[in-house]
Amino acid sequence: MPTPTPHDRVHSEEFLHTLMRRQLKLSIACAAAFLVVLLGLPLANYFAPGLMATRVFGFTLTWLILGVLFFPAVWAISWIFIKRSIWLEEDEVRQVKEGRTE
Amino acid sequence: MHALSLPLASMFGGVDPWIFSFSFITVVVTVWMGFRSAKTSKTASDFFVAGRSVSVGWNASAISGEYLSAASFMGVAGMVMSSGYDALWYPVCYACGYLFLLLFIAGPLRRFGAYTIPDFAEGRFDSPLFRKIAVCFVLFIGFFYTMPQMKGAGTTLAYIFPGMPYWGGVVLVGAVITLNVALGGMKGITLVQAVQYWIKMFAICVPIFVVMSVYGFYGKHLAANDGRDPAALVAGVTAGDEVQRQPLTAKAPADTAWISPFGPLTTKAAKAAGLSDEAAKPYSLLYTYSLIIALVCGTAGLPHILVRFYTNPDGVAAKKTTMWVMILIGVFYVFPPVFGVIGRNLMPELYAATGAKGTDKVVLELPRMVGGLWGSILSGITCAGAFAAFMSTFSGLLVSMTGALAHDVYGRILRPKSTPAERMFMFKVSAVIIGAVAIALGSQVEQLQINFMVGQAFAIAAASYFPLLFMSVWWRGMTMQGAATGMLGGGLAALACTTIINLSDLKVVNLAEFWKANPLLRILCEQPAIWTVPLAIGLMIVVSKLTAVRVPADIRMKMLVLHAPEKLGLKQEYIQEHQTGMGH
Repeated sequence: MPTPTPHDRVHSEEFLHTLMRRQLKLSIACAAAFLVVLLGLPLANYFAPGLMATRVFGFTLTWLILGVLFFPAVWAISWIFIKRSIWLEEDEVRQVKEGRTE
Repeated sequence: MHALSLPLASMFGGVDPWIFSFSFITVVVTVWMGFRSAKTSKTASDFFVAGRSVSVGWNASAISGEYLSAASFMGVAGMVMSSGYDALWYPVCYACGYLFLLLFIAGPLRRFGAYTIPDFAEGRFDSPLFRKIAVCFVLFIGFFYTMPQMKGAGTTLAYIFPGMPYWGGVVLVGAVITLNVALGGMKGITLVQAVQYWIKMFAICVPIFVVMSVYGFYGKHLAANDGRDPAALVAGVTAGDEVQRQPLTAKAPADTAWISPFGPLTTKAAKAAGLSDEAAKPYSLLYTYSLIIALVCGTAGLPHILVRFYTNPDGVAAKKTTMWVMILIGVFYVFPPVFGVIGRNLMPELYAATGAKGTDKVVLELPRMVGGLWGSILSGITCAGAFAAFMSTFSGLLVSMTGALAHDVYGRILRPKSTPAERMFMFKVSAVIIGAVAIALGSQVEQLQINFMVGQAFAIAAASYFPLLFMSVWWRGMTMQGAATGMLGGGLAALACTTIINLSDLKVVNLAEFWKANPLLRILCEQPAIWTVPLAIGLMIVVSKLTAVRVPADIRMKMLVLHAPEKLGLKQEYIQEHQTGMGH
């Protein structure tokens, strides 16, 4: 039985499945980190209004988190995502090319 | 028409020369750049996707320039001023919604290589029928989004020319942009929008730093809103370095409500029903979550933003562009709330007025506080920024709607055999038609809040395009029937809700008593995303399962094109076969 050519490998069910699963896993992990903060803040305001009304530099705590600190947190998540995602793509290309030289 | 009979003197009498010249220069530069690049826009690819050759830096600036609309430049400040802490969700979710776009949609969408979202819709499901449904939603969302831009135009021009009626500004600005887009297409506006981002950034941060250095910094202004009797402060009993506050007018919310995390915005419906603060809280939580869903999912489904991703050279560039957009926009959004907070302390008289004279104009008015020549110059700068804001967003919307009409409706549905020259001509005709409709709609909405209207456009996008894109990129079992049912179900439900709310706010139909009796219904209608997005996704899954035999035959190849890295050489431009006929 002949070894599969790179062309076959790329077009195999298995390749597509792994490709999508790895990227989706990464995306969902990043989305989860984001959603915990985004959806958690209204809950914190709801259950601990006293704590969230604490004044820090004139801001209430909740205003400081949402109006200022939230942005850098999201930039960090997106930076990590892009680095990982590009690495995954390069890994996939490498795998296919190695399949060719075997 | 009576306004035309007003003597010109009353129109131009109170015009501040500095404010006028700054605004005028912005308009002239915009039009000039549009005309200049119009000469280089020759092919269909230039008109629709700027030749797919825009670099990450330019594209990120252009997307940010297009995205930061009148709602961001004027509306966020106005809303923070009127609703306080509550309104912060708007800027935060406007900026952070891009994360969903980055994580789930940007890369795969670019790899598919279409011109417009309807192109993607037809290509993914092999269905010309589905293109028609997708086109309708481009137009729905687009028109909902142009109305607040027109309100921004009317408000700003009424501020610059004290005698000018609101509709005069709408007509004037609408006509200028329509001309600009008709001549230059997508390639023409990319450069214009990129420059406009930097104008806006400059215009929002320079005046506010000057104002803060004169009247005290942000933290101090926030600290002043702590529920003490403001009359005591004005009387000169202020201790040491505290901010000098003006007395609040009757219409302004009290400090305690304004600084509360669930303030006037989210408690509106429950308060109208006469519920106590404690009883209103669960409703506010629901409202907040629904708003978050609408803005985050809606950003990932705005056609005029998505179309810009097609101008990137490849999927990796699309992802990098998204990250830069988040940074550029995030930095910008730190400033509008500052205007709102300082405006509350120093210009509370704005609370008393409604429409174009109300809190929405705080960004334009506040820098004048500095007084004298510098006050006029600073106010001139923010006016120029406001022009840049609604002009760039309106151009972007106009291009995406014109693209839908010229490329999808005329070029693909009505006259598929038309020649390239005929299609170019139709692009120009469509731009004029859409521009005229946008002006007509815009002149009707003086009483509605800019930011609120934009939120509605997001809610419709969140319930229609976001589920469509998310599901068709990640689930291969989706069929055309499933996609169409879900998109129509969710999208039309959101559209119906927002229309009812607008008609009731404009007092066309009187529902005040009904809303008072049913605060929960009012919230679900005003912020429908919390139930329409799950509805759309649910319908997609159920109907696709029922019609599973209709899954496109070459679905594996399509998924591979969406997800495999470009280096594997699988990239197929979906549109390529037609491009040869478009005069390359």
